[in-house]
Amino acid sequence: MSTHDLAAATPVLASGAGEHRPLIITLFGLFVVATLIITVWAGRQTRDAADFYAGGRQFTGFQNGLAISGDYMSAASFLGIAGAIALFGYDGFLYSIGFLVAWLVALLLVAEPLRNSGRYTMGDVLAFRMRQRPVRTAAGTSTIVVSIFYLLAQMAGAGVLVSLLLGITSDGGKIAVVALVGVLMIVYVTIGGMKGTTWVQMIKAVLLIAGALLITFLVLLKFDFNVSELLGKAAENSGQGAAFLEPGLKYGQDATSKLDFLSLGIALVLGTAGLPHILIRFYTVPTAKAARKSVNWAIGIIGAFYLMTIALGFGAAALLERTDIIASNKAGNTAAPLVAQELGGGAGSTGGAVLLAVISAVAFATILAVVAGLTLASSSSFAHDLYVNVIRKGQATEKEEVRAARWSTVVIGAAAIFLGALARDLNVAGLVALAFAVAASANLPTILYSLFWKRFTTRGALWSIYGGLVSSVVLVLFSPVVSGKPSSMFKDADFYWFPLENPGIVSIPLGFLLGWLGTVLSKEKADPAKFAELEVRSLTGTGAH
Amino acid sequence: MTTEAAPPPGGAGTSAASPTAEEFEAVQRSPEFAALRSSHRSFAFPLTVAFVAWYLLYVLLSNYAGGFMGTRLFGNVNVALVLGLGQFATTFLIAWLYARHAAAKLDPKADAIKARMENGR
Repeated sequence: MSTHDLAAATPVLASGAGEHRPLIITLFGLFVVATLIITVWAGRQTRDAADFYAGGRQFTGFQNGLAISGDYMSAASFLGIAGAIALFGYDGFLYSIGFLVAWLVALLLVAEPLRNSGRYTMGDVLAFRMRQRPVRTAAGTSTIVVSIFYLLAQMAGAGVLVSLLLGITSDGGKIAVVALVGVLMIVYVTIGGMKGTTWVQMIKAVLLIAGALLITFLVLLKFDFNVSELLGKAAENSGQGAAFLEPGLKYGQDATSKLDFLSLGIALVLGTAGLPHILIRFYTVPTAKAARKSVNWAIGIIGAFYLMTIALGFGAAALLERTDIIASNKAGNTAAPLVAQELGGGAGSTGGAVLLAVISAVAFATILAVVAGLTLASSSSFAHDLYVNVIRKGQATEKEEVRAARWSTVVIGAAAIFLGALARDLNVAGLVALAFAVAASANLPTILYSLFWKRFTTRGALWSIYGGLVSSVVLVLFSPVVSGKPSSMFKDADFYWFPLENPGIVSIPLGFLLGWLGTVLSKEKADPAKFAELEVRSLTGTGAH
Repeated sequence: MTTEAAPPPGGAGTSAASPTAEEFEAVQRSPEFAALRSSHRSFAFPLTVAFVAWYLLYVLLSNYAGGFMGTRLFGNVNVALVLGLGQFATTFLIAWLYARHAAAKLDPKADAIKARMENGR
C-alpha cells in the first residue's frame, strides 16, 4: 500500500490521461514558476548560516506548522492512503493513524528542548554533552542515511506517479522526470535555503488542503453529508460487504502480516520525532513557544487532512467501479485523481478534466516540496555536523559554512538524481518505512537519553546510533523488501531470512537497549556540568540562538 | 574527558554574556528549576506512556480482535471506526491539554529563570 505500492504497481494509464496532459502540465508549470520566483526572492535575503539553515528563525508558529505539514504529507500519504482506503477500506484508515499520533512525541518531548538547545541540526543536540567529533559523525551519518532513503523513495515514486498521471512510460521519459524533480529541488535549496524551502512547503500545504477539501465536500454532497450512507455504499460497491469496514483486508492475512503491521505502527509513532527533515523545522521559529505552536498547528492540519482522506478513499470506493480503480493502478494510487474526475462530471467532461488536472498537479507539488525538505536536511547535516565540526574542527568561517552547505546540496541532489534514475524500475518505496525505522531506532533513543538522562555518555550515544542504524538497515536488507517476493526490490534474487518488512519491532528496542548498555559500560562518566547546562537551556531557553 | 579540545557547547559560539558553568549548575540545583522540571516531567512522561499504550491497544485490537472491532454501533459505523476516530480525538485533546498546561505552568517558570540568568544574575 501507499509507500510500497506507489512503485510496486505496474503503471497502467489513468483512463484518458493523455488528453489531460496539457492542462496538468500548465497547472504544474504555474506552481513551479511561482515557487521559483519566491525562491529567488528568499535567496536574496539569505546571507548568513542562520538564514540558510533556519530561514533566519523568522517564521511564525502558524507558518512553520503549515510548512511542517507540507514537509510531512508526501504523495504516499495523499495518493497512497486514499488508494489503500479505496481498495482495502478500514485497513487503509488504520495505517494513517500512526502518522498523526506520532506528533505527540514531538510535541511533548522533543520540539521545545531541541529548539532551545540546538542551532541548526539534530547533531547539535546529540553532541551537546558529548565528545563532538565521534557523536557528530554518527548523527551526520544517520541523518544522511535516513534522508537519502526517504529521498530515493520519493524520487522513484515521482517517476511512477508521472507515468501514471501523464501517460509517460518510456525509460527516457521516466529518467527525465526524475532529473527534473532533482534539478528543481537543488535550485530551491541552493538558492532559497531554508527560507525558500519553507515557502515552497507552505504553498504546497495550502494547495493540498484546498484540493482535499474540495473533493471531500463534493463527495459528502453526493451523500447529503450522511457518512453512514457513504460507508454503506462504499462497502456494498467494494464487493466485500461489511468486511470492508472492518480490520483485516490488508494487514490481517496471516500472523506474519499482523506482526509486520504492529512493527510498522511502532516505527511510525516513534520515528516521526526522529526524522531529521522534521527536526530542523523547529529551528525556523524564534522561540520554544513558537515551536510548540507550530507542532500544534501541524497536528491540526495533518489530522484534518487524514480525516479528509477517509472521505476521499471511501468516496472512491463508493463512486467508482473497483475494477476501474485496479485497472488504472493495482495499488489504487490513482483513486484520488479518478474520484476527482468522476465528481467533476466523469471522463470526457470538461469539469472532470479540470478536477483531474488540479489533483494531479497538487500531487506533483507535493513530491517537489518533500524532496526539497529532505535535501536541505541532509546537506545541512553534512555541512554543519561533518564538514564544519568534524573535518574543520569548528574552525570554518560562516561564509565557508554556507558555501559548503550549498555545494553539498548540489552533490547530494546529483547523487539522488543518479540513484533515482538507476532505481526507477525497482520497488524502492519500502525505503520510507526503513527511514522511519532508522529514525526511531537510531535517532530517537539518543535524543531522549541526551535530554533526560543525566548519566548518558558518548559511548551510549554511539552504540545507540550505530546499533539502531545498522540493525535496521541489515534487517531490511535481508527482508522481503529487498528480495524473495514478487513485490521486492530485486524480485529475481532470494536471500531473505528476516520475515518482516518493518524492522522496528526488533531494532527500536535494540537502539534503546544499546544506548543504556553503552552508558553503563562506559569508563568515562557523564559530565554533570554539561548536563546541567543542557537541562537548564532546554527547559528555559536561556541563551537560545 | 578527552584530549580533544572541547568546542563550545553544541559547537555553537555562545554570546559574551552567556552564563558560566557554575551558574548553570547552581540554577539546576535551585528549587525554582526543580519545580519547572517536575511540572514538565510529571505531565509529559505519564501522558506519553498513556497515548503510546492507547495507540498500541488500538493496533492490537485491530490485529487480533476483528470480531469485536466489527461490532456495529449505529448505521454502518462499527467499533473499529469509532476507536480510530477516537485516536484522532485523543491526539487533538492531548495537544490542546499540553498547550494549556505549558502556557499556565511551564512558560512563567521558564521565563523567570531565563530572565534572571540572562539579565539579573
